[in-house]
Amino acid sequence: MQNSSSGPGHFVAQLDDTPLAAVDSVDESEKARSSFADAWDAMRGRPMFWISLVMIALILVVAAFPNLFTQTKPNLGCLLPDSNGGPEAGHPFGFTRQGCDIYSRVIFGAQASVTVGILATVLVTVFGGIIGALAGFYGGFLDAVVSRIGDIFFAIPTVLGAIVLMSVLPTRTPVTVALVLALFAWPQIARIMRGSVVAAKNADYVTASIALGVSRFRILVRHVVPNAIAPVIVVATTSLGTFIVAEATLSFLGIGLPPDVMSWGNDIGQARASIATAPMVLFYPAAALSLTVLSFLVLGDVVRDALDPKARARR
Amino acid sequence: MSNAPSTSPAVDSKTTENQPLLQIRDLQVGFKTQRGFIPAVKGVDLTLNAGQTLAIVGESGSGKSTTAQAIIDLLPGAGKVTGGEILFEGRDLTKLSAKAMQDVRGRLIGYVPQDPMSNLNPVWNIGFQVEEAIRANGVAQGKDARKRTIEVLQEAGLSDAGDRLKQYPHQFSGGMRQRVLIGIGLSARPKLLIADEPTSALDVTVQRTILDHLATLTRDFGTSVLFITHDLGLAVERAEQLVVMYKGRVVEAGPSAEILANPLHPYTQKLVAAAPSLASRRIQSARRPDTTKTLDISSVGAADNELIARADARENTPQKNLITLESVSKIYKIRQGGFKTKELKAVDDVSFAIPRGTTRALVGESGSGKSTVAKLVLQLEDITSGRIDFEGNSVADIRGRDLLAFRRRVQPVFQDPYGSLDPVYSVGDTIAEPLVAHRVGDRKSRQARVRELLDQVALPLSTVNRYPNELSGGQRQRIAVARALALKPDVIVLDEAVSALDVLVQGQILTLLTDLQAELGLTYLFITHDLAVVRLVADTVSVMQKGKIVESATTDEVFDNPQNIYTQKLLEAIPGAHFSFGR
Repeated sequence: MQNSSSGPGHFVAQLDDTPLAAVDSVDESEKARSSFADAWDAMRGRPMFWISLVMIALILVVAAFPNLFTQTKPNLGCLLPDSNGGPEAGHPFGFTRQGCDIYSRVIFGAQASVTVGILATVLVTVFGGIIGALAGFYGGFLDAVVSRIGDIFFAIPTVLGAIVLMSVLPTRTPVTVALVLALFAWPQIARIMRGSVVAAKNADYVTASIALGVSRFRILVRHVVPNAIAPVIVVATTSLGTFIVAEATLSFLGIGLPPDVMSWGNDIGQARASIATAPMVLFYPAAALSLTVLSFLVLGDVVRDALDPKARARR
Repeated sequence: MSNAPSTSPAVDSKTTENQPLLQIRDLQVGFKTQRGFIPAVKGVDLTLNAGQTLAIVGESGSGKSTTAQAIIDLLPGAGKVTGGEILFEGRDLTKLSAKAMQDVRGRLIGYVPQDPMSNLNPVWNIGFQVEEAIRANGVAQGKDARKRTIEVLQEAGLSDAGDRLKQYPHQFSGGMRQRVLIGIGLSARPKLLIADEPTSALDVTVQRTILDHLATLTRDFGTSVLFITHDLGLAVERAEQLVVMYKGRVVEAGPSAEILANPLHPYTQKLVAAAPSLASRRIQSARRPDTTKTLDISSVGAADNELIARADARENTPQKNLITLESVSKIYKIRQGGFKTKELKAVDDVSFAIPRGTTRALVGESGSGKSTVAKLVLQLEDITSGRIDFEGNSVADIRGRDLLAFRRRVQPVFQDPYGSLDPVYSVGDTIAEPLVAHRVGDRKSRQARVRELLDQVALPLSTVNRYPNELSGGQRQRIAVARALALKPDVIVLDEAVSALDVLVQGQILTLLTDLQAELGLTYLFITHDLAVVRLVADTVSVMQKGKIVESATTDEVFDNPQNIYTQKLLEAIPGAHFSFGR
């Protein structure tokens, strides 16, 4: 082992022990993958991801095709003798105070809640995201104006603002509720987007692209936004749940959806009258609401862990 | 233990006991990751005697820092010593309890971390942080601790320590902070000081003063020093003993001068051959200009002569200047709170010209304005005064279509290979981006060009679908070069393009750049802080100091006969400048 030609204390390892690898060669055996593919891998391995996904899929199917789940019409055939009645054959959840079937009301109520939740989230993400991205990327006067307008809306609690606005609107449908909620909720997304765009636009690869001759707008769309979108996706998934809650809150207060529209919020509001005598009337729509919100929140949590490993709790 | 580096007799006679201060036997360290347990140190042996200085050299990932961290039990969370022993004065440190280890750390073994910028807490003043270390190690308490703090900082080379105790880290320069960290490391007069790349983040002249000072201190105190470094020159200049690590193993160990003069292991030989030094010569492309084929290995002797002839030829044929800078200045206005602004002259009356097909190096320490010159040449910033000509036409303040045409012909490669590639873009998309931006060709022809470029930078075609996070720094830098080449530019501005790379990878990229220059007739503006690298690639050199060019000449003139005092100082400060490596 000791090489005779070397001086005292000069140790040389045998080449067999540490064969020389080619300098800086590419490991071609590994599969090519993007950071989003990595995120998908991270999510795929979590049971909570699949559970929440199955729940959300079920809720979406219920919302889209309520007739698949019940033949009973929620507003027809309500008989007062059944008022606050317990479960019986064909009516597994029992009856409301008006004698309507709770099960079919819960099934039909999903549509309004899910519509409001998804519509408001999409509106907020698209408009808040665009406004935030433009403000963050172009900066200067535009940024100052947009940020201050955002601050004004930020100072008004979403539900409070919605109460005021809803009470003066002539028509109240799921679409108007979603619009009103989005109007007061966009600054949150805009702020997050702005912050992460500001961070991304100072990255070296943006400077490199400018020097390569790529146009400003193309840099924003192709480089800055894809790198800044992750936190927005995370907040959007969790905010979907809060929009459903907000709709329920408004309907409960009687200024959300009108009483003839089937909605969990309305049913919870009506069940309040008989909470002491028939708590199950309140329980079913409330449970449906909680499960839906929980599913979206859990999904948001999993998405956040996958997209932002730094936020992951130390395990 | 027959294969462990034994102590030389001369050193043995100096130590009173026969027991070495630090002896590592068959050390194994691994990291727990998502992909399972990954060994980082695979059976390392080394011996360090009292009063000796030992350097561990190796590339990133060789396990040199992990070895050092294992000694003082500072391995990152997922790391674990899985075998072997670390004997410090005969005690096995791997078997000590956390509490006993706390007593060893700082008091018996001092540590100087790598990055002076992040290793001092920005919310506490310097005096507090040094005093904290002094109290924790039981050196002094109460009023004495404050007195000792001032002493420690004065020893570390801060002469006005008394006045600066209340200052915060941001008020100190990088060199000053490193002095503070050295002061903390030595405050308890430890028997061993571990210095993990203590000066990698500093300019060469600062590095020199700091290392000189460290050498004096450790000699006076009789402290043994364990250097972790990637710099062979630094190792041979500052350490008597050397351990070369590669892939978690020791491949060669012994007296440093002997190893580097006569490297025996193939890896050490490669490392030594790639290490740039003042004795290096400019890399000459071994490719014939008319073909892209590399010369036959068997005709290396003939090739040598041919290369020399070609080098002479290229020096003797005057080329037209492609880029000319005339008295270029750049002034930044710095806001000083309220409406007050201060002017900062980042670039001050800079003039130079780059003939077509040659390389001009721009050398300077941090803050010299060299990177600002790169931005001005690239038209990323507007000049304040002066003139920049490209092919005889002024390019300052061009806009729109002209600017786009200019960008097509002058392309950049930036320093940080981890930051300059968009992480969500695949390699193929990244290289094709300039083609898309300038609307060159259709989808198919772009793909063909991308494949051609990957071949030119010697990356396998399968890299097309990969993402930057899967590639090493050197590979990323090659992709950045391919992207810069995509539009067949005339000029490439290389802003510290190889500074972040390991020496072997650096050598590989420099050879690639030289080959591409010979093949495509490229003109380079090569910006760097590393004079030794300059010798390998540049035809002409300009040395910058505080925004001004202090010396401008051909590379040989600057290196063999520097005229300016600052240039001389820079050359003198290169570690191991006068050591002749065995190649």
